[in-house]
Amino acid sequence: MTKIFSRNRYLVQRVGFALITLMALATVTPIIGVIAFILLKGGSAISWQFLSGFPFDGMRAGGILPAIVGTLYLTVGTAVFSVPLGIAAAIYLSEYAKDNQWTRLIRLAIINLAGIPSVVYGLFGLGLFVLFLKFGTSILAASLTLSIMTLPVIISTAEEALRAVPQSFRTVSISLGATRWETIRRIVLKEALPGILTGVILGLERAAGETAPILFTGAAFFLPRLPNSPFDATMALPYHLFVISTQVPEMPVQIQYGTALVLLVFVLTMNLTATVIRSRARAKRQW
Amino acid sequence: MNKISIQNLSLQYADGAESLRGINMEIPQNAVTVLFGPAGGGKSTLLRCLNRLNDLTDVKTSSGSIFIDGEDILSPNIDVTALRRKVGMVFARPVPLPMSIRENVTYGLEVSGEKRRSKLDEAVERSLKLAAIWDEIKDRLDEPAVALSGGQQQRVCLARVLALQPEIILLDEPTSGLDPISTGKVEEALQELKKEFTVILVPHSVQQAARTADYAAFFLSGQLIEYNVGKSIFTAPKEKKTEDYIMGRFG
Repeated sequence: MTKIFSRNRYLVQRVGFALITLMALATVTPIIGVIAFILLKGGSAISWQFLSGFPFDGMRAGGILPAIVGTLYLTVGTAVFSVPLGIAAAIYLSEYAKDNQWTRLIRLAIINLAGIPSVVYGLFGLGLFVLFLKFGTSILAASLTLSIMTLPVIISTAEEALRAVPQSFRTVSISLGATRWETIRRIVLKEALPGILTGVILGLERAAGETAPILFTGAAFFLPRLPNSPFDATMALPYHLFVISTQVPEMPVQIQYGTALVLLVFVLTMNLTATVIRSRARAKRQW
Repeated sequence: MNKISIQNLSLQYADGAESLRGINMEIPQNAVTVLFGPAGGGKSTLLRCLNRLNDLTDVKTSSGSIFIDGEDILSPNIDVTALRRKVGMVFARPVPLPMSIRENVTYGLEVSGEKRRSKLDEAVERSLKLAAIWDEIKDRLDEPAVALSGGQQQRVCLARVLALQPEIILLDEPTSGLDPISTGKVEEALQELKKEFTVILVPHSVQQAARTADYAAFFLSGQLIEYNVGKSIFTAPKEKKTEDYIMGRFG
């Protein structure tokens, strides 16, 4: 009797595992599908001229250099504002803040900030940076808008990385005559750095791929030259993709997919970097 | 000569956990003083008062004073980092910092501003020898400290404290995670250390207390029940509660 039962249980287990495996595979399929599809349709557009040239003929021909450079500028600009601010906030929350009403309010704000639709950030950026602070439609205004959007991601991942560093390291360091700040700088930050970096990259990656926040704040439809000041507007990959997919009649499909491919590679490279940093750090970690 | 004088010390944590009630105690120099008694009696709390590590914890109320060399260390005006260099602490579980053995030992010195390589190297050798581990690991100083065994880690942690040339060493159940052989080595090291330092030990058993104590203080529920020379307290305790605990009737 028991034997039959146990055989039955093994069968249930096997079917269960098979189903779970199938579902796991199912989630990967669309990702691979997207990449394969874009690679297939856009791969032929990629050439040196496409990557290094300006668009012409109403963007139906030529390259996408200004959009690539623009996205690069926006990513760097976003990093300049969001990284120091985000890490500082994370250090405050993880190392200094007491658990009280005030910090709970800050945390609640951060969580909610992460949930705001990106187009709302765009509108906010238009009101504050473009109009009120008179930065105009510019890289500066767009970077600041993207920074606000990116901050919650950076703060929460950095805080998590800081908290993961064992409390006992802090106690020991302080018992050896270090101040709190020395402890943070010499031990906590050093150990949390890979985790923080991962969060930073993931946050910036999201910023690099966004269209809505830069739509009203810094993105240009077409520019005959590269921007040469933070107060210039700029072309950007996601916005360019939007433009050539919806605003330009008789657009060669190949250029659309080529642009999508470049954006995808840009973002995936960042993602891969984050993964490599994380796995390397995990292998080296001494706790 | 008395190194430390504790006067009417009371303390209560915010979560109400452990507390100290009216402790008066003189702790002599160049001796091993053990604080023993059942868990939750206030031994660790007292240790953490002596190097102000309680500053990191949520303390609800505290009163009284602790004088080390005549200076009230509970005063808000003292330099706590200097105090912690003078009063070193070894914890129950060895916590090697995530760096090499050498860096672990020099950490405290570097934080306090010592940059001269020769001074640091000298401190590494001197303190690892004092902690009775130099011969075992002298060729592996640049390996990560976590790679060592538990017993070795604990002696490196001791060396890390010694490198700062403290005057007082606090040990909070330093052998609780160690096997008997490693425990023996740590206890041996203690007997050497007391020649130079004032040692205060929370032992992990009554046996260890009896083995190591020059002076012993029995703590129960935050009160100091009995404090005497080690030999007399373990052979002829004056208080009934002390006797009951030593005989293993409770705790």
